[in-house]
Amino acid sequence: MHTTANAPRAGGSPWTDPQLRAWLFQLLAVASVIAFGWYLFDNTQQNLAQRGIVSGFGFLDSSAGFGIAQHLIDYNESHSYGRVFVVGLLNTLLVSAIGILLASVLGFLLGVARLSPNWMLSKLATVYIETFRNIPPLLQIFFWYFAVMLAMPGPRQSHELAGALFLNNRGLYLPAPAASAAFVPLLCSLVLAAMVIAGLLRWRRVRFDATGQAFVLWPAVLAVVLLLPGLSVLLAGNPLLWSLPQLQGFNFRGGLVMIPELMALTLALTIYTAAFIAEIVRAGIQAVSHGQTEAARSLGLRPGVTLGKVIIPQALRVIIPPLTSQYLNLVKNSSLAAGIGYPDMVSLFAGTVLNQTGQAIEAIAITMSVYLAISISISMLMNVYNQRMALIER
Amino acid sequence: MQRHIFKPDLPPPPLSVGVLAWLRNNLFSSPFNTLLSLFAGYLIWLVLPPLLQWALFDANWLGRSRADCTGEGACWVFVQQRFGQFIYGFYPPELRWRVNLTVLLTLFAAAPLFIARMPRKAPYALGYLLVLPLLAYWLLHGGFWGLSEVATSQWGGLMLTLVIAAVGISGALPLGILLALGRRSDMPAIRVLCVTFIEFWRGVPLITVLFMSSVMLPLFLPEGLSFDKLVRALIGVILFQSAYVAEVVRGGLQAIPKGQYEAAAAMGLGYWRMMGLVILPQALKLVIPGIVNTFIALFKDTSLVIIIGLFDLLNSIKQATTDPAWLGMATEGYVFAALLFWIFCFGMSRYSMRLERRLDTGHKR
Repeated sequence: MHTTANAPRAGGSPWTDPQLRAWLFQLLAVASVIAFGWYLFDNTQQNLAQRGIVSGFGFLDSSAGFGIAQHLIDYNESHSYGRVFVVGLLNTLLVSAIGILLASVLGFLLGVARLSPNWMLSKLATVYIETFRNIPPLLQIFFWYFAVMLAMPGPRQSHELAGALFLNNRGLYLPAPAASAAFVPLLCSLVLAAMVIAGLLRWRRVRFDATGQAFVLWPAVLAVVLLLPGLSVLLAGNPLLWSLPQLQGFNFRGGLVMIPELMALTLALTIYTAAFIAEIVRAGIQAVSHGQTEAARSLGLRPGVTLGKVIIPQALRVIIPPLTSQYLNLVKNSSLAAGIGYPDMVSLFAGTVLNQTGQAIEAIAITMSVYLAISISISMLMNVYNQRMALIER
Repeated sequence: MQRHIFKPDLPPPPLSVGVLAWLRNNLFSSPFNTLLSLFAGYLIWLVLPPLLQWALFDANWLGRSRADCTGEGACWVFVQQRFGQFIYGFYPPELRWRVNLTVLLTLFAAAPLFIARMPRKAPYALGYLLVLPLLAYWLLHGGFWGLSEVATSQWGGLMLTLVIAAVGISGALPLGILLALGRRSDMPAIRVLCVTFIEFWRGVPLITVLFMSSVMLPLFLPEGLSFDKLVRALIGVILFQSAYVAEVVRGGLQAIPKGQYEAAAAMGLGYWRMMGLVILPQALKLVIPGIVNTFIALFKDTSLVIIIGLFDLLNSIKQATTDPAWLGMATEGYVFAALLFWIFCFGMSRYSMRLERRLDTGHKR
């Protein structure tokens, strides 16, 4: 945008020369930002010296001395603050991954349901969306944690499903899979099956391009998927051993446990984000004009092919950018874990570690830069995607 | 002459008119549709009767203490007894009229702004924006001109939520507009500064911003100068929100055709007059719905101040549920909070949709 004239004018005072003024203005802005930054830095140095805080990242190596309720990697009190950071980061990523997966599934179903010709179903989806996106996520987390999870019965009276799932105020207990000796053959057979299917897909495309003859894929895929892993299980035996949770004394042992904080956080984030995803999906599908469907039908494409080759690819172009920003929001909202004490990065690092060490600047800077790194890398990916998907117009 | 007499019309087939036809078309048009209807009906049957039973029919509405809650359902006595605390926090009960007066004044003075045909709207709005904050500060905080002081540590409940949201948006709006202008500026240094600022605040969660403003701000300030907790939270909220407002406003600036800029420049207007008289009035009108949506997000985000220990609506309710005299009231408390938040957010989102429809017409040719 060139709104100001760029050519220097002959004569007149230098104050009316737009280029000179622009230079001066920028110089002034940069200088004042630097001066402000220096002022803050200077104050901070004085304050830190007065409080006897030594800045630097040396504290990351010292022993943390507190336990963490959920750690995906080996951790105990003697491990360092650096390890605490990794534990927190993994916990954040865990809850984000589960949340994104579940919210996508629920959101797509709701978005499609909202467009359904069935009046009752579409109204139901509308009520869901309008209810849950207008309630703050933190409130939903509190509700699921304090009003639902903590009000569950104790382990001895837990809700039970098929003797394998147990839900009580200590969390959700699931059977845990453990690999046996037959796991490696199974894995090999799965990889082989995937390779065969990829080959089939390629052959089908080449043949279709060359001859125009369609090949019905699904029986072949089904046969490959059933045959190869089935053979490996038959020959090498059961690949997974399930360890069931067992009630021993006052608590369950064995199996996987989702702690109540993780349950509450996952539920709330899923339910909240699904409402937004549903709206994005609805808008995306509605953005594909009806003429596209009619054109595809008049070419003789069947409804399934119309959906798969005409509508969905065009809808995805509209859906994916806002969808990614919803995923980013979910990752950022997972920091609300601090409200109920789920050991995510913010509550561990900007909470406990900061209070124990007093290294406020370092702790906050590390936490913020992780989130910044995540969002900047995602938005860069989005830019690349947008450039590739942008409509090439004549 | 023989007259031909028409027979009366037969009534339409019963399945093509009225309730039955509607049911057939909307719920049972195909086997799959019937299945969906049955599924939806099952979901409603699963949720609605127990919910109504709990919230209305089995609920206890009147009483003074926990002992009055005898039924199986919700104990609304809890909400009724703590209502004052949920709305006003620890604001002294005998001074609550000041809060009420502020709300009434704000609403009544704002009413003319919503009348479409009021003359001299802009000067009135400017005056409103300049006078009202001072008046509200005097009424709520006091400490001069004959009103006793109520420290911000005594503020709480819905009132604090509204204060944070209102100050947040009125601070973020001007800052956001400036940032958006900076991001579209011709001057590279200004542009880089603004982009960095915006992307930084948009990239981090609000919770870390609040942590930062509560623990790092005291370190940044010179010796002896310190803000109270509420002001620190407000600074964090304003900086955070201004980045989002800036992006919304930028959308509006980009939607203004280049001819408008060129025409304004050809008229000999300088940068600020071009923006103030030609571009911004059009751009801001375009993005009003977007700004309302940002405000809804901000309103929901105010609940995060619980993390740094302010007693907003959510925190007041959370504290009340930990009262030993009212243990086990978490569900009632959070449902009430959800209802209040929902009413505000839903109302604003409807308003924004209406605005969008009304403002849209001007740009369709």
